[in-house]
Amino acid sequence: MAKKNEKALLCFNDKGIYCEIANVYLDPWKAVENAIITHGHSDHSRWGHKNYITHHFNVPIIRHRLGDINVAGVEWGESFMVNGVKFSLHPAGHIVGSSQVRVEYKGEVWVFTGDYKTEDDGIATPYEVVKCNTFITECTFGLPAFNWLPQKEVFTDINSWWAENKAEGKTSVIFGYTLGKAQRIIKNLDTSIGKIFTHGAVENMNQVIRTITDLPDTELVTRDTKREELLGNIVVAPPSAHGSPWLRKMTPFVTATASGWMAFRGARTRRAIDKGFVLSDHCDWYGLLDSIKATGAEKIISTHGYSDIFSRYLREIGYDARTARTQYEGESAEMGSSHEADESDEKAFEDVLKTEAPQSDQGDSIKSFLK
Amino acid sequence: MKNFANLIKALDATNKTNVKVDALTEYFRHASDEDKVWTIAILSHRRPPRPVNTTLLRIWANELANIPMWLFEESYHIVGDLAETIALIVPTTREHSDKSLTEYLREIIALRKKSDEEKRAYLHENWLALNFYERLVFTKLITGSFRIGLSQKLMTRALSKAVSVDEDLIAHKLMGDWNPNTVSFRELILEEKSSDYLSKPYPFYLAYAIEGNVADLGDAKDWSIEHKWDGIRSQTIIRDGEIFVWSRGEELVTDKYPEFQNFIGVIPDGTVIDGEILPYKDDTIGSFNDLQTRIGRKNVSASVLKNNPVIIKAYDLLEWKGEDIRTRTYAERRHLLEVLFADIPTGTIPLHLSERICLNSWEDVVAERERSRDLHSEGLMIKRNDSIYQVGRKKGDWWKWKIEPLAIDAVLTYAMRGHGRRSNLFTDYTFALWQQNENGERELVTFAKAYSGLTDAEFRQVDNWIQRNTLERFGPVRSVTPELVFEIGFEGISLSKRHKSGVATRFPRILRWRHDKKINEANSIDDLKALIC
Repeated sequence: MAKKNEKALLCFNDKGIYCEIANVYLDPWKAVENAIITHGHSDHSRWGHKNYITHHFNVPIIRHRLGDINVAGVEWGESFMVNGVKFSLHPAGHIVGSSQVRVEYKGEVWVFTGDYKTEDDGIATPYEVVKCNTFITECTFGLPAFNWLPQKEVFTDINSWWAENKAEGKTSVIFGYTLGKAQRIIKNLDTSIGKIFTHGAVENMNQVIRTITDLPDTELVTRDTKREELLGNIVVAPPSAHGSPWLRKMTPFVTATASGWMAFRGARTRRAIDKGFVLSDHCDWYGLLDSIKATGAEKIISTHGYSDIFSRYLREIGYDARTARTQYEGESAEMGSSHEADESDEKAFEDVLKTEAPQSDQGDSIKSFLK
Repeated sequence: MKNFANLIKALDATNKTNVKVDALTEYFRHASDEDKVWTIAILSHRRPPRPVNTTLLRIWANELANIPMWLFEESYHIVGDLAETIALIVPTTREHSDKSLTEYLREIIALRKKSDEEKRAYLHENWLALNFYERLVFTKLITGSFRIGLSQKLMTRALSKAVSVDEDLIAHKLMGDWNPNTVSFRELILEEKSSDYLSKPYPFYLAYAIEGNVADLGDAKDWSIEHKWDGIRSQTIIRDGEIFVWSRGEELVTDKYPEFQNFIGVIPDGTVIDGEILPYKDDTIGSFNDLQTRIGRKNVSASVLKNNPVIIKAYDLLEWKGEDIRTRTYAERRHLLEVLFADIPTGTIPLHLSERICLNSWEDVVAERERSRDLHSEGLMIKRNDSIYQVGRKKGDWWKWKIEPLAIDAVLTYAMRGHGRRSNLFTDYTFALWQQNENGERELVTFAKAYSGLTDAEFRQVDNWIQRNTLERFGPVRSVTPELVFEIGFEGISLSKRHKSGVATRFPRILRWRHDKKINEANSIDDLKALIC
């Protein structure tokens, strides 16, 4: 049994999740000196920190978005000490490179999940259970109404939807978050049906992801792409492309969104999407409950999502559970309530295209971190 | 059930009307005759009575989900639809069911007489045997609310395509009082028949709101004007010594209005009158609010009859001496209606003639419209003199020209999540107006709820504001900082003891968001009362 530290090992302040002893922040939302970053989504990896440390898969992703930053990459399970506090990163299964952060001090262990899912999606390193005393968990889909089907069944549906559209002479357009969902879709599409085309934002991210893992061939839709070339094929685009003039070239087309929110009929009809596929990079209800149980943690802190409801339920089933306010967004960008993430995505691409990001020595950052 | 659930899934998967009609046509082509009849019944709002109340449904569904009741309720508030919530929380199993839609409906009808324990066992067994969409449909059949964004008109069109029977003819066949449990598809749709002719109404002809300038309709002399009365549109049928009164919702309401029984004997057999049921007391037309006491009641007491009497204002004559005269011109039909009225001694029966006004110029029509509020009408109907009585909502020959709504600036005070397609947005709002309390201080008093009138983008904006300005939560309802002002429009207004503000408004809706106004510039309850004429 771990010995109780006098002060909480991690606390929540106006900048992020803070480890005072080590002077390190986890996924801070304001500029800080030392930041450990769980993954490349813009609500978790923000601009302006002095030193970034993250899994080495995330380095090119974060550089791609944020340009020339001082970032160091580490391996899964590779631990590093900062002022007596032991940190290590472990796969979270959310997107490529996504990590949980394990923090240990005087025998007490905390784990921060970032965003995570328990199902192996074939592209992100699969989620790994990390034993801990306190578990800081997201709960984007922390309601019993969310129960995902196995990905295999969802992709069978997506592929047969594509084949049907093709048979009717239509182009399929599927919306998914530029980083993560888009590549997960691309990886699992049945390319015997046709060709995969991409929106610029998705294609730029594909180039980055291809330096980390393999993806099927994709082709960028450009000004010169002919309508006839697209016909019957599938186009992968960010949610912000929905309803934009860019789509006109795909006519006649059918739209779909792949998101956990598509579990609600209202969420789809309100956005005027033709088809909704329930496919999320976050845990569903049982995914959350099972992983909490597996960590053996007695204290649970829920961050973004239906956290109040989820914590109340956890208390009822015997956990010491509370909620913490953060600025993480979960899958909200795919709901259309906020395009922030995607817009910043596209901005970052433009910047990157303008100036080739210089490669700094990765060792620098980790050294200054460990000082 | 599989086919029907797939149909609902297909209808859900598109917002395009044509695709929906095509999917339904395809379904009708392949469904069994029994399933066709039940599908028509469900899509025309003829559902079996609810066999289980929603409290028990929640409890029993929750047993399968194995979660506390409060968590079910929280989920329901967020999902926004009871059947959908149940379908989501019940675990999906490897079981499956091959029962047809008809078999399910027969079981649901029989379920009503079963014990609670039997009902519980039945629901558990079937919820677990169905997939998500089947479970949703099954539960919706039980809760009795089936809105899938497909009007009866579109259903009629799909059926017409599938069986090659004229659309208007099908609309006529589907009206009235048929029982999906006893009628066959052949009897309902394919056979020529006279057995249930007696009570059968004609489909209503409905008008569109006028667009653009009224003078664009051409020569005013080609048109007639009537006032548009604000009650319940109805069709009164007198055949073989019996009377049947139908409301526009195709509900037989004869029993609710016993005062019309004495039409029998005065109005000859073989007469069908299109008219409006209106509250009428002391020689004055009342407000729609006066009619509310009558609408929900099936057994009408003597005191209700005395305190809330009603009349029918006759607009049109559809059948005369047993003959369908809908293809004659409006002018001819009105002439016959007036002939009918000439034979009714004044004051003997509660049937009044809605006056037909022939005007020479559009200026006169505009002037007549100005009088609407004084006459307790909601505006004008403009009908072409040579128009036949059409089926459903059609453009061209009949137009409605309502008066501008009454309007007042009110403060947003409470918000609730919407239902159905708006279920994860706060779109149902409560509005308040200023009033002085006993201590002479101004306070905000709730006066109306409104759900419509903003664009989707505005709803999203207000939703976002509500998330950031919530004061307290009461289950699904949130109180918000009084800060936003909206212009609220409504059709009518009357004093009411049931409302905290002392005033009831008819059909309140949001006209616009007054970004330019602060809450102290919103109107008061006294301003509202001043609108009562």
